Amino acid sequence: MAFADSAAIEAVELVKQFGSLTAVGGVSFAVQPGELFGLLGPNGSGKTTTIHMLCTLLRPTTGTARVNSCDVVAQPLQVRRAIGLVFQETTLDRDLTAYENLLFTAYLHHIPRADAQERILELLKVMELADRRNELVRKLSGGLKRRLDIAQGVLHRPKILFLDEPTIGLDPRSRAAVWGFIGRLRQGGMTILHTTHYLEEAERSDRVGIIDRGKLIALGPPVELKKASNRPSLNEVFLHLTGRKIQESQTE
Amino acid sequence: MSAGAVYTIVEREFKRFFRQRGRFLSSLARPLFWLFVVGPGLGRLIRSPGDVAYQQFLFPGVLGIVVLFGSILSSLSTVYDREFGTLRIMLVAPISRLTIVTGKTLSGALLSVAQGWILLVLAPFLGLKIGPAQLLAISLYLFLASIAIASLGMLMTTRIDSLENYSTIMNFVVFPMFFLSGGLYPVKLLPALLRYVVYLNPLTYGIDLFKHALLPAAASGSLGTDISLPLDVSVLVLFTGIAMALATLLFDKEAKLVKRAEPRA
Ligand SMILES: Nc1ncnc2c1ncn2[C@@H]1O[C@H](COP(=O)(O)OP(=O)(O)OP(=O)(O)O)[C@@H](O)[C@H]1O
Ligand SMILES: [Mg+2]
Repeated sequence: MAFADSAAIEAVELVKQFGSLTAVGGVSFAVQPGELFGLLGPNGSGKTTTIHMLCTLLRPTTGTARVNSCDVVAQPLQVRRAIGLVFQETTLDRDLTAYENLLFTAYLHHIPRADAQERILELLKVMELADRRNELVRKLSGGLKRRLDIAQGVLHRPKILFLDEPTIGLDPRSRAAVWGFIGRLRQGGMTILHTTHYLEEAERSDRVGIIDRGKLIALGPPVELKKASNRPSLNEVFLHLTGRKIQESQTE
Repeated sequence: MSAGAVYTIVEREFKRFFRQRGRFLSSLARPLFWLFVVGPGLGRLIRSPGDVAYQQFLFPGVLGIVVLFGSILSSLSTVYDREFGTLRIMLVAPISRLTIVTGKTLSGALLSVAQGWILLVLAPFLGLKIGPAQLLAISLYLFLASIAIASLGMLMTTRIDSLENYSTIMNFVVFPMFFLSGGLYPVKLLPALLRYVVYLNPLTYGIDLFKHALLPAAASGSLGTDISLPLDVSVLVLFTGIAMALATLLFDKEAKLVKRAEPRA
Protein backbone atom coordinates (compact mmCIF):
# COMPACT_ATOMS: atom_id res chain seq x y z
CA MET A 1 0.00 0.00 0.00
CA ALA A 2 1.16 3.46 -0.82
CA PHE A 3 0.67 4.94 2.62
CA ALA A 4 2.55 4.65 5.86
CA ASP A 5 1.24 2.10 8.37
CA SER A 6 0.81 4.76 10.96
CA ALA A 7 -1.87 6.72 9.12
CA ALA A 8 -5.10 7.24 11.07
CA ILE A 9 -7.19 7.29 7.92
CA GLU A 10 -6.15 6.07 4.50
CA ALA A 11 -8.33 5.98 1.43
CA VAL A 12 -7.08 4.25 -1.69
CA GLU A 13 -8.90 4.87 -4.95
CA LEU A 14 -12.30 5.01 -3.27
CA VAL A 15 -15.20 4.86 -5.70
CA LYS A 16 -18.90 5.00 -4.94
CA GLN A 17 -21.54 4.69 -7.61
CA PHE A 18 -25.26 5.07 -7.09
CA GLY A 19 -26.68 3.45 -10.18
CA SER A 20 -25.22 5.36 -13.09
CA LEU A 21 -24.15 8.30 -10.91
CA THR A 22 -20.54 8.33 -9.74
CA ALA A 23 -20.67 10.17 -6.43
CA VAL A 24 -17.02 9.51 -5.59
CA GLY A 25 -14.73 8.73 -8.49
CA GLY A 26 -11.44 7.40 -7.14
CA VAL A 27 -10.30 9.36 -4.13
CA SER A 28 -7.00 8.66 -2.34
CA PHE A 29 -5.57 10.43 0.68
CA ALA A 30 -4.14 9.74 4.11
CA VAL A 31 -4.65 11.54 7.39
CA GLN A 32 -1.93 11.33 10.02
CA PRO A 33 -2.68 10.85 13.73
CA GLY A 34 -3.48 14.15 15.39
CA GLU A 35 -4.01 15.91 12.11
CA LEU A 36 -6.91 18.25 11.32
CA PHE A 37 -7.82 17.41 7.76
CA GLY A 38 -10.40 19.36 5.75
CA LEU A 39 -12.38 18.17 2.78
CA LEU A 40 -13.48 21.21 0.84
CA GLY A 41 -15.90 21.03 -2.03
CA PRO A 42 -19.15 22.37 -3.48
CA ASN A 43 -22.57 20.78 -2.99
CA GLY A 44 -22.79 17.28 -4.34
CA SER A 45 -19.04 16.87 -4.77
CA GLY A 46 -18.96 13.65 -2.74
CA LYS A 47 -17.81 14.79 0.70
CA THR A 48 -20.55 13.08 2.66
CA THR A 49 -20.38 9.94 0.56
CA THR A 50 -16.62 9.73 1.23
CA ILE A 51 -17.17 10.12 4.97
CA HIS A 52 -19.92 7.51 4.99
CA MET A 53 -17.63 5.02 3.28
CA LEU A 54 -14.87 5.71 5.81
CA CYS A 55 -17.37 5.27 8.65
CA THR A 56 -18.65 1.89 7.37
CA LEU A 57 -22.12 3.20 6.50
CA LEU A 58 -21.67 2.79 2.78
CA ARG A 59 -19.71 0.09 1.02
CA PRO A 60 -17.23 1.39 -1.55
CA THR A 61 -18.04 0.23 -5.07
CA THR A 62 -14.31 -0.24 -5.57
CA GLY A 63 -11.20 0.82 -3.73
CA THR A 64 -10.24 0.31 -0.10
CA ALA A 65 -9.98 2.34 3.04
CA ARG A 66 -8.48 1.78 6.44
CA VAL A 67 -9.39 3.69 9.54
CA ASN A 68 -7.29 3.17 12.67
CA SER A 69 -5.55 0.46 10.61
CA CYS A 70 -8.77 -1.52 10.18
CA ASP A 71 -10.39 -2.20 6.85
CA VAL A 72 -13.76 -0.46 6.57
CA VAL A 73 -15.36 -3.36 4.69
CA ALA A 74 -13.79 -6.32 6.47
CA GLN A 75 -13.67 -4.93 10.02
CA PRO A 76 -16.57 -2.51 10.36
CA LEU A 77 -17.05 -3.06 14.09
CA GLN A 78 -13.39 -2.35 14.86
CA VAL A 79 -13.59 0.80 12.77
CA ARG A 80 -16.73 1.94 14.55
CA ARG A 81 -15.04 1.42 17.92
CA ALA A 82 -12.36 3.95 16.97
CA ILE A 83 -14.46 6.67 15.40
CA GLY A 84 -16.98 9.35 16.20
CA LEU A 85 -19.17 10.87 13.50
CA VAL A 86 -21.18 14.06 13.49
CA PHE A 87 -23.59 13.80 10.58
CA GLN A 88 -24.42 16.67 8.30
CA GLU A 89 -28.06 16.54 9.37
CA THR A 90 -29.01 16.41 13.00
CA THR A 91 -29.43 12.95 14.48
CA LEU A 92 -31.00 13.93 17.78
CA ASP A 93 -34.23 12.41 19.03
CA ARG A 94 -36.55 15.37 19.42
CA ASP A 95 -38.75 13.55 21.94
CA LEU A 96 -35.88 13.07 24.36
CA THR A 97 -34.11 15.66 26.45
CA ALA A 98 -30.57 16.79 25.76
CA TYR A 99 -29.35 14.64 28.63
CA GLU A 100 -31.34 11.59 27.52
CA ASN A 101 -29.99 11.85 24.00
CA LEU A 102 -26.44 11.73 25.29
CA LEU A 103 -27.24 8.88 27.68
CA PHE A 104 -28.67 6.91 24.76
CA THR A 105 -25.44 7.38 22.82
CA ALA A 106 -23.34 6.52 25.85
CA TYR A 107 -25.02 3.14 26.23
CA LEU A 108 -24.73 2.42 22.52
CA HIS A 109 -20.99 2.91 23.04
CA HIS A 110 -20.86 0.62 26.06
CA ILE A 111 -19.99 3.38 28.52
CA PRO A 112 -20.97 2.27 32.04
CA ARG A 113 -23.77 4.23 33.70
CA ALA A 114 -21.70 5.96 36.40
CA ASP A 115 -19.06 7.07 33.90
CA ALA A 116 -21.70 8.14 31.43
CA GLN A 117 -23.44 10.51 33.84
CA GLU A 118 -20.20 12.17 34.80
CA ARG A 119 -19.00 12.55 31.22
CA ILE A 120 -22.31 13.88 29.98
CA LEU A 121 -22.52 16.57 32.63
CA GLU A 122 -18.94 17.58 31.98
CA LEU A 123 -19.50 17.74 28.25
CA LEU A 124 -22.74 19.67 28.60
CA LYS A 125 -20.88 22.19 30.71
CA VAL A 126 -18.15 22.62 28.10
CA MET A 127 -20.81 23.04 25.42
CA GLU A 128 -22.65 25.57 27.57
CA LEU A 129 -25.71 23.39 27.53
CA ALA A 130 -25.72 22.36 31.18
CA ASP A 131 -28.72 24.45 32.20
CA ARG A 132 -30.78 23.18 29.25
CA ARG A 133 -30.03 19.53 29.83
CA ASN A 134 -33.55 18.52 30.85
CA GLU A 135 -35.32 20.24 28.01
CA LEU A 136 -36.76 18.30 25.11
CA VAL A 137 -34.54 18.67 22.06
CA ARG A 138 -37.48 19.89 19.98
CA LYS A 139 -37.43 23.04 22.10
CA LEU A 140 -33.76 23.84 21.53
CA SER A 141 -32.57 26.32 18.91
CA GLY A 142 -30.66 25.17 15.83
CA GLY A 143 -27.36 26.31 17.28
CA LEU A 144 -27.83 24.44 20.54
CA LYS A 145 -28.95 21.33 18.65
CA ARG A 146 -25.81 21.42 16.55
CA ARG A 147 -23.64 21.67 19.64
CA LEU A 148 -25.51 18.72 21.07
CA ASP A 149 -24.92 16.78 17.83
CA ILE A 150 -21.21 17.38 18.28
CA ALA A 151 -21.37 16.36 21.93
CA GLN A 152 -23.05 13.15 20.79
CA GLY A 153 -20.18 12.48 18.38
CA VAL A 154 -17.40 12.91 20.93
CA LEU A 155 -18.97 11.57 24.13
CA HIS A 156 -17.16 8.24 23.83
CA ARG A 157 -13.82 10.01 23.24
CA PRO A 158 -13.06 8.54 19.83
CA LYS A 159 -9.52 8.44 18.50
CA ILE A 160 -10.70 9.65 15.13
CA LEU A 161 -13.50 12.14 14.64
CA PHE A 162 -15.44 12.84 11.45
CA LEU A 163 -17.30 16.13 11.31
CA ASP A 164 -19.59 16.55 8.33
CA GLU A 165 -20.14 20.31 8.08
CA PRO A 166 -20.09 20.84 11.84
CA THR A 167 -20.99 24.52 11.68
CA ILE A 168 -23.70 24.29 9.06
CA GLY A 169 -26.45 26.81 9.62
CA LEU A 170 -24.79 28.42 12.64
CA ASP A 171 -24.33 32.12 13.24
CA PRO A 172 -20.75 33.42 13.51
CA ARG A 173 -20.78 33.38 17.31
CA SER A 174 -21.85 29.72 17.48
CA ARG A 175 -19.37 28.83 14.77
CA ALA A 176 -16.59 30.37 16.82
CA ALA A 177 -17.75 28.38 19.86
CA VAL A 178 -17.71 25.15 17.87
CA TRP A 179 -14.22 25.86 16.55
CA GLY A 180 -13.07 26.63 20.07
CA PHE A 181 -14.24 23.20 21.08
CA ILE A 182 -12.62 21.54 18.06
CA GLY A 183 -9.38 23.25 19.10
CA ARG A 184 -9.61 21.64 22.54
CA LEU A 185 -10.19 18.22 20.97
CA ARG A 186 -7.09 18.68 18.83
CA GLN A 187 -5.01 19.54 21.85
CA GLY A 188 -6.13 16.21 23.28
CA GLY A 189 -4.53 14.55 20.24
CA MET A 190 -7.71 13.61 18.39
CA THR A 191 -7.45 13.04 14.63
CA ILE A 192 -10.16 15.06 12.91
CA LEU A 193 -11.51 14.97 9.38
CA HIS A 194 -14.03 17.69 8.66
CA THR A 195 -15.91 18.83 5.61
CA THR A 196 -16.96 22.33 4.87
CA HIS A 197 -17.67 24.81 2.20
CA TYR A 198 -16.76 27.73 4.40
CA LEU A 199 -13.35 28.68 3.09
CA GLU A 200 -12.12 30.31 6.26
CA GLU A 201 -12.88 27.06 8.05
CA ALA A 202 -10.94 25.05 5.51
CA GLU A 203 -8.00 27.40 6.18
CA ARG A 204 -7.85 26.20 9.77
CA SER A 205 -6.93 22.68 8.65
CA ASP A 206 -3.39 21.32 8.70
CA ARG A 207 -4.10 20.02 5.23
CA VAL A 208 -6.98 20.43 2.83
CA GLY A 209 -8.25 18.14 0.12
CA ILE A 210 -10.26 19.97 -2.51
CA ILE A 211 -12.90 17.69 -3.95
CA ASP A 212 -14.95 18.39 -7.04
CA ARG A 213 -17.34 16.06 -8.86
CA GLY A 214 -16.06 13.10 -6.87
CA LYS A 215 -12.38 13.74 -7.61
CA LEU A 216 -9.67 15.10 -5.38
CA ILE A 217 -8.23 17.95 -7.42
CA ALA A 218 -5.76 19.36 -4.90
CA LEU A 219 -4.25 18.23 -1.63
CA GLY A 220 -1.92 19.97 0.79
CA PRO A 221 -1.57 22.61 3.50
CA PRO A 222 -3.69 25.69 2.67
CA VAL A 223 -0.61 27.88 2.40
CA GLU A 224 0.99 25.60 -0.15
CA LEU A 225 -2.17 25.25 -2.20
CA LYS A 226 -2.38 29.00 -2.47
CA LYS A 227 1.29 29.29 -3.27
CA ALA A 228 1.19 26.54 -5.89
CA SER A 229 -1.51 28.21 -7.93
CA ASN A 230 -0.33 31.66 -6.94
CA ARG A 231 -3.73 32.73 -5.64
CA PRO A 232 -4.49 34.66 -2.44
CA SER A 233 -7.41 32.53 -1.22
CA LEU A 234 -8.68 28.97 -1.40
CA ASN A 235 -11.73 30.35 -3.14
CA GLU A 236 -9.59 31.54 -6.01
CA VAL A 237 -7.60 28.32 -5.94
CA PHE A 238 -10.83 26.49 -6.58
CA LEU A 239 -11.83 28.94 -9.32
CA HIS A 240 -8.40 28.55 -10.85
CA LEU A 241 -8.55 24.73 -10.82
CA THR A 242 -12.11 24.25 -12.03
CA GLY A 243 -13.07 27.46 -13.76
CA ARG A 244 -16.07 27.65 -11.42
CA LYS A 245 -16.81 29.25 -8.08
CA ILE A 246 -16.98 26.85 -5.17
CA GLN A 247 -20.33 28.18 -4.14
CA GLU A 248 -22.57 30.79 -5.56
CA SER A 249 -24.13 31.63 -2.23
CA GLN A 250 -21.13 31.62 0.07
CA THR A 251 -22.74 33.51 2.91
CA GLU A 252 -25.50 31.44 4.46
CA MET B 1 -25.00 -8.81 20.77
CA SER B 2 -24.83 -6.11 23.40
CA ALA B 3 -27.34 -6.22 26.27
CA GLY B 4 -26.65 -2.63 27.30
CA ALA B 5 -27.37 -1.36 23.81
CA VAL B 6 -30.56 -3.43 23.54
CA TYR B 7 -31.63 -2.03 26.90
CA THR B 8 -31.09 1.59 25.88
CA ILE B 9 -32.97 1.10 22.60
CA VAL B 10 -35.93 -0.35 24.52
CA GLU B 11 -35.78 2.39 27.14
CA ARG B 12 -35.85 5.08 24.48
CA GLU B 13 -38.86 3.47 22.80
CA PHE B 14 -40.79 3.43 26.08
CA LYS B 15 -40.00 7.06 26.77
CA ARG B 16 -41.16 8.03 23.33
CA PHE B 17 -44.33 6.00 23.59
CA PHE B 18 -45.50 7.70 26.76
CA ARG B 19 -44.46 11.14 25.55
CA GLN B 20 -46.29 10.92 22.25
CA ARG B 21 -49.64 11.48 23.86
CA GLY B 22 -51.71 10.83 20.75
CA ARG B 23 -50.11 7.48 20.19
CA PHE B 24 -50.51 6.55 23.84
CA LEU B 25 -54.17 7.58 24.03
CA SER B 26 -55.17 5.87 20.82
CA SER B 27 -53.52 2.71 22.02
CA LEU B 28 -55.90 2.85 24.98
CA ALA B 29 -58.97 3.87 22.98
CA ARG B 30 -58.63 1.30 20.18
CA PRO B 31 -59.36 -1.84 22.24
CA LEU B 32 -62.08 -0.09 24.27
CA PHE B 33 -63.91 0.72 21.06
CA TRP B 34 -63.93 -2.92 20.04
CA LEU B 35 -64.87 -4.22 23.47
CA PHE B 36 -67.62 -1.76 24.33
CA VAL B 37 -68.95 -0.59 20.98
CA VAL B 38 -68.47 -3.37 18.45
CA GLY B 39 -68.68 -6.22 20.96
CA PRO B 40 -72.11 -5.49 22.44
CA GLY B 41 -73.51 -4.65 18.99
CA LEU B 42 -72.43 -7.89 17.40
CA GLY B 43 -73.19 -9.75 20.62
CA ARG B 44 -76.89 -8.91 20.10
CA LEU B 45 -76.84 -10.41 16.63
CA ILE B 46 -74.91 -13.49 17.51
CA ARG B 47 -76.45 -16.00 19.85
CA SER B 48 -73.35 -17.76 21.01
CA PRO B 49 -73.58 -21.42 21.83
CA GLY B 50 -72.36 -22.79 25.13
CA ASP B 51 -71.00 -20.90 28.09
CA VAL B 52 -69.22 -18.10 26.32
CA ALA B 53 -70.84 -14.77 25.46
CA TYR B 54 -69.69 -13.11 22.25
CA GLN B 55 -68.14 -10.26 24.21
CA GLN B 56 -66.06 -12.76 26.11
CA PHE B 57 -65.14 -14.49 22.89
CA LEU B 58 -64.05 -11.13 21.51
CA PHE B 59 -61.66 -10.39 24.37
CA PRO B 60 -58.74 -12.51 23.10
CA GLY B 61 -59.27 -10.94 19.70
CA VAL B 62 -59.08 -7.48 21.20
CA LEU B 63 -55.84 -8.44 22.93
CA GLY B 64 -54.78 -9.42 19.44
CA ILE B 65 -55.56 -5.89 18.23
CA VAL B 66 -53.43 -4.48 21.01
CA VAL B 67 -50.57 -6.76 20.05
CA LEU B 68 -50.96 -6.11 16.35
CA PHE B 69 -51.03 -2.31 16.52
CA GLY B 70 -48.61 -2.03 19.43
CA SER B 71 -45.97 -4.15 17.77
CA ILE B 72 -46.36 -3.00 14.18
CA LEU B 73 -46.44 0.69 15.06
CA SER B 74 -43.38 0.36 17.22
CA SER B 75 -41.46 -1.45 14.51
CA LEU B 76 -42.56 1.12 11.96
CA SER B 77 -41.02 3.80 14.17
CA THR B 78 -37.73 2.54 12.73
CA VAL B 79 -38.75 4.36 9.57
CA TYR B 80 -39.05 7.58 11.61
CA ASP B 81 -35.66 6.84 13.11
CA ARG B 82 -34.24 6.65 9.63
CA GLU B 83 -35.89 9.85 8.55
CA PHE B 84 -34.92 11.78 11.66
CA GLY B 85 -31.46 10.35 11.91
CA THR B 86 -31.50 8.44 15.18
CA LEU B 87 -30.96 5.25 13.23
CA ARG B 88 -27.65 6.63 12.01
CA ILE B 89 -26.46 7.06 15.57
CA MET B 90 -27.16 3.39 16.09
CA LEU B 91 -25.51 2.38 12.83
CA VAL B 92 -22.27 4.19 13.50
CA ALA B 93 -22.04 2.87 17.07
CA PRO B 94 -19.90 -0.22 17.71
CA ILE B 95 -22.90 -2.56 17.83
CA SER B 96 -24.06 -5.17 15.36
CA ARG B 97 -27.10 -4.93 13.09
CA LEU B 98 -28.54 -7.85 15.06
CA THR B 99 -28.37 -5.74 18.22
CA ILE B 100 -30.35 -2.98 16.55
CA VAL B 101 -32.97 -5.35 15.14
CA THR B 102 -33.26 -7.12 18.49
CA GLY B 103 -33.56 -3.84 20.37
CA LYS B 104 -36.29 -2.51 18.11
CA THR B 105 -38.18 -5.81 18.01
CA LEU B 106 -38.02 -6.24 21.76
CA SER B 107 -39.24 -2.66 22.22
CA GLY B 108 -42.35 -3.41 20.20
CA ALA B 109 -42.96 -6.67 22.01
CA LEU B 110 -42.59 -5.25 25.52
CA LEU B 111 -44.71 -2.21 24.70
CA SER B 112 -47.48 -4.52 23.50
CA VAL B 113 -47.24 -6.65 26.62
CA ALA B 114 -47.59 -3.51 28.74
CA GLN B 115 -50.63 -2.42 26.74
CA GLY B 116 -52.06 -5.94 27.03
CA TRP B 117 -51.74 -5.77 30.81
CA ILE B 118 -53.68 -2.53 30.90
CA LEU B 119 -56.47 -4.22 28.99
CA LEU B 120 -56.45 -7.26 31.27
CA VAL B 121 -57.65 -5.01 34.08
CA LEU B 122 -60.99 -4.93 32.22
CA ALA B 123 -61.34 -8.70 31.89
CA PRO B 124 -63.31 -9.13 35.17
CA PHE B 125 -65.93 -6.66 33.94
CA LEU B 126 -66.66 -9.06 31.09
CA GLY B 127 -67.02 -11.97 33.45
CA LEU B 128 -63.59 -13.42 32.68
CA LYS B 129 -61.76 -14.54 35.77
CA ILE B 130 -58.00 -14.26 35.75
CA GLY B 131 -56.01 -15.94 38.49
CA PRO B 132 -52.27 -15.60 39.09
CA ALA B 133 -51.46 -18.68 37.03
CA GLN B 134 -53.53 -17.40 34.14
CA LEU B 135 -51.92 -14.00 34.40
CA LEU B 136 -48.52 -15.58 34.12
CA ALA B 137 -49.59 -17.70 31.16
CA ILE B 138 -51.24 -14.81 29.37
CA SER B 139 -48.17 -12.60 29.91
CA LEU B 140 -46.00 -15.21 28.31
CA TYR B 141 -48.45 -15.65 25.42
CA LEU B 142 -48.70 -11.90 24.98
CA PHE B 143 -44.94 -11.77 24.70
CA LEU B 144 -44.76 -14.63 22.18
CA ALA B 145 -47.45 -13.10 19.99
CA SER B 146 -46.04 -9.59 20.28
CA ILE B 147 -42.50 -10.48 19.40
CA ALA B 148 -43.70 -12.41 16.36
CA ILE B 149 -45.68 -9.43 15.11
CA ALA B 150 -42.90 -6.98 16.01
CA SER B 151 -40.38 -9.01 14.03
CA LEU B 152 -42.78 -9.05 11.09
CA GLY B 153 -42.95 -5.25 11.45
CA MET B 154 -39.16 -5.03 11.44
CA LEU B 155 -39.05 -7.12 8.30
CA MET B 156 -41.50 -4.69 6.69
CA THR B 157 -39.45 -1.66 7.67
CA THR B 158 -36.49 -3.02 5.76
CA ARG B 159 -38.63 -2.84 2.64
CA ILE B 160 -40.11 0.63 2.94
CA ASP B 161 -38.41 3.94 2.38
CA SER B 162 -40.71 6.37 4.03
CA LEU B 163 -43.91 6.71 5.94
CA GLU B 164 -45.71 7.62 2.76
CA ASN B 165 -46.37 3.90 2.63
CA TYR B 166 -47.96 4.05 6.05
CA SER B 167 -51.60 3.96 5.00
CA THR B 168 -50.80 1.25 2.46
CA ILE B 169 -49.48 -0.87 5.28
CA MET B 170 -52.52 -0.15 7.41
CA ASN B 171 -54.92 -1.09 4.62
CA PHE B 172 -53.11 -4.02 3.11
CA VAL B 173 -51.35 -5.55 6.09
CA VAL B 174 -52.68 -4.49 9.46
CA PHE B 175 -56.45 -4.53 8.90
CA PRO B 176 -56.49 -7.77 6.86
CA MET B 177 -54.31 -9.40 9.50
CA PHE B 178 -56.88 -8.58 12.12
CA PHE B 179 -59.95 -9.56 10.12
CA LEU B 180 -58.34 -12.82 9.03
CA SER B 181 -57.16 -13.94 12.43
CA GLY B 182 -59.90 -15.75 14.29
CA GLY B 183 -60.27 -12.76 16.59
CA LEU B 184 -63.75 -11.85 15.37
CA TYR B 185 -65.09 -15.28 14.48
CA PRO B 186 -63.99 -18.85 15.10
CA VAL B 187 -61.66 -20.10 12.41
CA LYS B 188 -63.54 -23.38 12.14
CA LEU B 189 -66.63 -21.58 10.87
CA LEU B 190 -64.82 -20.03 7.92
CA PRO B 191 -64.94 -21.39 4.36
CA ALA B 192 -61.95 -23.59 3.54
CA LEU B 193 -60.18 -21.09 1.32
CA LEU B 194 -60.29 -18.31 3.90
CA ARG B 195 -59.24 -20.74 6.57
CA TYR B 196 -55.98 -21.38 4.74
CA VAL B 197 -55.29 -17.65 4.65
CA VAL B 198 -56.05 -17.39 8.35
CA TYR B 199 -53.56 -20.15 9.09
CA LEU B 200 -50.85 -18.22 7.25
CA ASN B 201 -51.34 -15.31 9.62
CA PRO B 202 -49.09 -15.33 12.70
CA LEU B 203 -51.63 -13.32 14.65
CA THR B 204 -54.05 -16.26 14.44
CA TYR B 205 -51.72 -18.35 16.59
CA GLY B 206 -51.31 -15.53 19.11
CA ILE B 207 -55.05 -15.00 19.49
CA ASP B 208 -55.54 -18.74 19.75
CA LEU B 209 -53.06 -18.78 22.64
CA PHE B 210 -55.06 -16.05 24.37
CA LYS B 211 -58.17 -18.20 23.96
CA HIS B 212 -56.34 -21.11 25.56
CA ALA B 213 -55.64 -18.96 28.59
CA LEU B 214 -58.87 -16.96 28.81
CA LEU B 215 -61.67 -19.19 27.51
CA PRO B 216 -61.05 -22.59 29.07
CA ALA B 217 -64.80 -23.06 29.47
CA ALA B 218 -65.20 -22.91 25.73
CA ALA B 219 -62.38 -25.31 25.00
CA SER B 220 -64.63 -27.83 23.32
CA GLY B 221 -67.32 -25.54 21.92
CA SER B 222 -67.37 -23.78 18.58
CA LEU B 223 -66.14 -20.54 20.18
CA GLY B 224 -63.15 -22.31 21.67
CA THR B 225 -59.61 -22.65 20.47
CA ASP B 226 -58.80 -23.74 16.94
CA ILE B 227 -55.24 -24.94 17.29
CA SER B 228 -53.33 -26.93 19.90
CA LEU B 229 -51.24 -24.97 22.37
CA PRO B 230 -47.89 -26.57 21.43
CA LEU B 231 -48.53 -25.83 17.77
CA ASP B 232 -49.38 -22.18 18.56
CA VAL B 233 -46.17 -21.77 20.51
CA SER B 234 -44.02 -23.54 17.92
CA VAL B 235 -45.39 -21.52 15.04
CA LEU B 236 -44.85 -18.20 16.85
CA VAL B 237 -41.32 -19.06 17.94
CA LEU B 238 -40.37 -20.30 14.50
CA PHE B 239 -41.94 -17.30 12.81
CA THR B 240 -40.08 -14.90 15.11
CA GLY B 241 -36.77 -16.59 14.45
CA ILE B 242 -37.18 -16.51 10.69
CA ALA B 243 -38.53 -12.96 10.52
CA MET B 244 -35.76 -11.60 12.75
CA ALA B 245 -33.05 -13.40 10.82
CA LEU B 246 -34.43 -12.07 7.55
CA ALA B 247 -34.84 -8.56 8.97
CA THR B 248 -31.22 -8.57 10.14
CA LEU B 249 -30.00 -9.75 6.75
CA LEU B 250 -32.05 -7.25 4.79
CA PHE B 251 -31.34 -4.48 7.28
CA ASP B 252 -27.73 -4.73 6.29
CA LYS B 253 -28.50 -3.43 2.82
CA GLU B 254 -26.91 -0.02 2.84
CA ALA B 255 -29.36 1.77 0.57
CA LYS B 256 -32.01 1.35 3.22
CA LEU B 257 -29.77 2.45 6.04
CA VAL B 258 -28.73 5.93 5.22
CA LYS B 259 -31.11 8.53 4.01
CA ARG B 260 -30.40 9.68 0.54
CA ALA B 261 -28.39 12.86 0.58
CA GLU B 262 -30.63 15.28 -1.19
CA PRO B 263 -28.87 17.76 -3.38
CA ARG B 264 -29.67 21.13 -1.92
CA ALA B 265 -31.15 23.65 -4.26
N1 LIG C 1 -28.01 7.31 -1.33
C1 LIG C 1 -27.82 7.96 -2.50
N2 LIG C 1 -28.42 7.53 -3.63
C2 LIG C 1 -28.22 8.17 -4.80
N3 LIG C 1 -27.44 9.25 -4.96
C3 LIG C 1 -26.82 9.73 -3.88
C4 LIG C 1 -26.97 9.11 -2.59
N4 LIG C 1 -26.23 9.81 -1.70
C5 LIG C 1 -25.64 10.81 -2.41
N5 LIG C 1 -25.99 10.76 -3.71
C6 LIG C 1 -25.51 11.68 -4.76
O1 LIG C 1 -24.09 11.63 -4.79
C7 LIG C 1 -23.53 12.92 -5.03
C8 LIG C 1 -22.59 13.28 -3.92
O2 LIG C 1 -23.33 13.54 -2.75
P1 LIG C 1 -22.69 13.90 -1.35
O3 LIG C 1 -23.80 13.99 -0.39
O4 LIG C 1 -21.59 12.98 -1.05
O5 LIG C 1 -22.10 15.36 -1.64
P2 LIG C 1 -21.57 16.44 -0.61
O6 LIG C 1 -20.24 16.88 -1.11
O7 LIG C 1 -21.64 15.93 0.76
O8 LIG C 1 -22.60 17.62 -0.83
P3 LIG C 1 -23.19 18.69 0.22
O9 LIG C 1 -22.21 19.80 0.30
O10 LIG C 1 -24.46 19.12 -0.43
O11 LIG C 1 -23.41 17.98 1.51
C9 LIG C 1 -24.71 13.86 -5.17
O12 LIG C 1 -24.98 14.01 -6.55
C10 LIG C 1 -25.84 13.13 -4.48
O13 LIG C 1 -27.09 13.48 -5.01
MG1 LIG D 1 -22.58 16.52 2.44
